[in-house]
Amino acid sequence: MIEIRNLHANVDGKPILKGIDLTIGAGEVHAIMGPNGSGKSTLSYVLAGREGYEVTEGSVTFDGKDVLAMEPEERAAAGLFLAFQYPVEIPGVANTTFLKAALNAQRKQRGQQELDAMEFLKLIRAKTRKLGMSDDMLKRAVNVGFSGGEKKRNEVLQMAVLEPRFAVLDETDSGLDIDALKIVADGVNALRGPERSMLVITHYQRLLQYIVPDKVHVLAFGRIQRTGGKELAEELEAKGYAEFGVAEAAA
Amino acid sequence: MTAVPNLPSAEPYLRQWTERRAGLPGGGLAWLAHQRETGIERFRAKGVPTPRTEAWKYTNLRALERIAFQPPAANEAALAFVSPSALPSVLPDGAAAVRLVFVDGRLHAGLSRTEGLPAGVRLLGLADALAREPGLVEGRLGRIASDLVEPLVGLNSALAEDGLVLLVDDGVAVAAPIEVVHLSATGDRAVAYHPRSLIAVGKGALVTLVEHHLGIAVGPAAGATFANHVTEIEVGAGATFHHYKVQREGQGAFHVARTLVRIAADGHYDNFALTSGARISRNEIHARLDGTGVMCRLNGAYLIGGNQHADTTTFIDHASPECGSREVYKGAIDGDARAVFQGKILVRRGAQKTDGYQINNALLLSDAAEIDSKPELEIYADDVKCSHGATVGELDAAQLFYLRARGLPLEQARALLIGAFLHEAVDEVQHEAVRDAFHAMLDGWLAAREASA
Ligand SMILES: Nc1ncnc2c1ncn2[C@@H]1O[C@H](COP(=O)(O)OP(=O)(O)OP(=O)(O)O)[C@@H](O)[C@H]1O
Ligand SMILES: [Mg+2]
Repeated sequence: MIEIRNLHANVDGKPILKGIDLTIGAGEVHAIMGPNGSGKSTLSYVLAGREGYEVTEGSVTFDGKDVLAMEPEERAAAGLFLAFQYPVEIPGVANTTFLKAALNAQRKQRGQQELDAMEFLKLIRAKTRKLGMSDDMLKRAVNVGFSGGEKKRNEVLQMAVLEPRFAVLDETDSGLDIDALKIVADGVNALRGPERSMLVITHYQRLLQYIVPDKVHVLAFGRIQRTGGKELAEELEAKGYAEFGVAEAAA
Repeated sequence: MTAVPNLPSAEPYLRQWTERRAGLPGGGLAWLAHQRETGIERFRAKGVPTPRTEAWKYTNLRALERIAFQPPAANEAALAFVSPSALPSVLPDGAAAVRLVFVDGRLHAGLSRTEGLPAGVRLLGLADALAREPGLVEGRLGRIASDLVEPLVGLNSALAEDGLVLLVDDGVAVAAPIEVVHLSATGDRAVAYHPRSLIAVGKGALVTLVEHHLGIAVGPAAGATFANHVTEIEVGAGATFHHYKVQREGQGAFHVARTLVRIAADGHYDNFALTSGARISRNEIHARLDGTGVMCRLNGAYLIGGNQHADTTTFIDHASPECGSREVYKGAIDGDARAVFQGKILVRRGAQKTDGYQINNALLLSDAAEIDSKPELEIYADDVKCSHGATVGELDAAQLFYLRARGLPLEQARALLIGAFLHEAVDEVQHEAVRDAFHAMLDGWLAAREASA
């Protein structure tokens, strides 16, 4: 479904991604773990198409399409979703307005009928309830004044509404209390299906107990250093990343 | 006596004055003739303002000087195709609105509608008032404007033919907004006109007025228009006057509007200007707070691009203690457009417990867009609370990316962010129905802008 080949990317002229190879099949959930500053968020931004993240080599294909040639909004409409590590505040734009604009913009690009106010309201009510969010959060400006945990929940709400086919969750578990973590994991699991794939970036093995991954990758120094099953997450939790630091120094 | 030669910029208007003075409305009224004479002398002395005058430092009218403007022709016939339902309105059913329609500054009776006003309200054209009931305006017309010695105000006093007269008796509340539509007819001639309006809101009265300023094509050529408005307003003790304006004149329009307000004790004046039109516009408001307990709000939002120039100039004169004033102006500037904000707050000696707030925020949407911002506080009382601030920014790249990453195309994302910025200013409109209408209008402008991007 998504195929990343030998991906190199610079930020501000500085090489951050140095040859990422990663293939995620339809219906699979992969996890990426790795030390701070190793390039996890950089990878997520490159996939989403953020300006300033310059791809110098390699390719990304999604359902056979060249992702890197697409505008961010085209990627979104194609079904790619990034749950931001640091969700952005947008004063003056109500959360519902934003969600409706996003959903309808995607539908329009896909040649589908846009939802009217009533249809959208029904949809959003159902999704909010499932995620244990209050209506109040829908009326408020996007992420403005939201607590860290509320922002993360809001990312998951957006994902639930937009129903992407490939989602990257960048530390969506950070800052969540235990109950919220379960709710968020339920939200994510509810989206799992044979047609959907996910890439879950996390520092904690705990999330992976709720969202059980098919594969776990270790990203360090801009490359995937090791790939394993879910037991790799437990191993990392116990031993840390020392092993990979040594690997890089020797390279 | 040696004759001082006339300034070149004044010459065409002085010629018009000589030719037309005898035929101007209210010809038999000595008091008016005197005002006209005073006006033309004030104009003759200075001519069209230049950037050498401090008040016009940032708005250059040289482009206006180059055009040979003529007085309006009778356009009633050409406008036969305009139906009342096609005119702008803040009401869902515009045809039902109480409104006066002016074409090139002259009242168009056929498009106007004054039925449905409560007793104690007079709404008519100035020319009609001068012809039939000069007593309505004598002693009032020019009372405030004569204090402002300024050439274009003088020119207006001299050449004014018509305008809005709205007189509300003490204690009368007018529920529905009254509207006034100023159409600038653009055709093959360059037309200048000088509407003079007079509004008096009696003690404890309540009224809402919405002005619409727009161009209307009456011929294939899009000639220039010059609307030189002066509006005098008295807000009585304890009265509330909601005064709103939508300016979306055509790209060949020069729009200079002075609104001169005096507010008596416990009066509330609530002004908002929504601007997207004209090649060069100046929205200038002078408000004097003439008693304790006054609240004065001057706010606005503008969205300009191309080679437009939009000037907002305000002067709030805190002449009495225990008054409040609030100014919130926000604008988005694109292309080579330029905005000007000059906001002066004067707190006179003795105007203790003044509470003044002023903010001016500009969003630059292109590299060439510009704003000149000049806030000015002059405070002679010691127990006051006054703050002012100005910001100039660009659209936030992180916000744009966030929206695009959710599927919004770039232009839609930009429109959403520009809208969020400007809608915040529109929230200042105190009249709920007008506020909603202005929000909707702004969304319409943004959608049109997005579609043409
Ligand atoms: N704008 C920038 N200019 C220079 N360096 C940058 C910039 N943005 C990111 N970097 C660097 O790129 C590297 C990778 O950052 P990235 O955010 O991808 O790390 P991460 O793996 O997501 O870390 P964390 O676990 O802390 O979220 C870091 O060394 C960071 O300092
Ligand atoms: Mg990160």
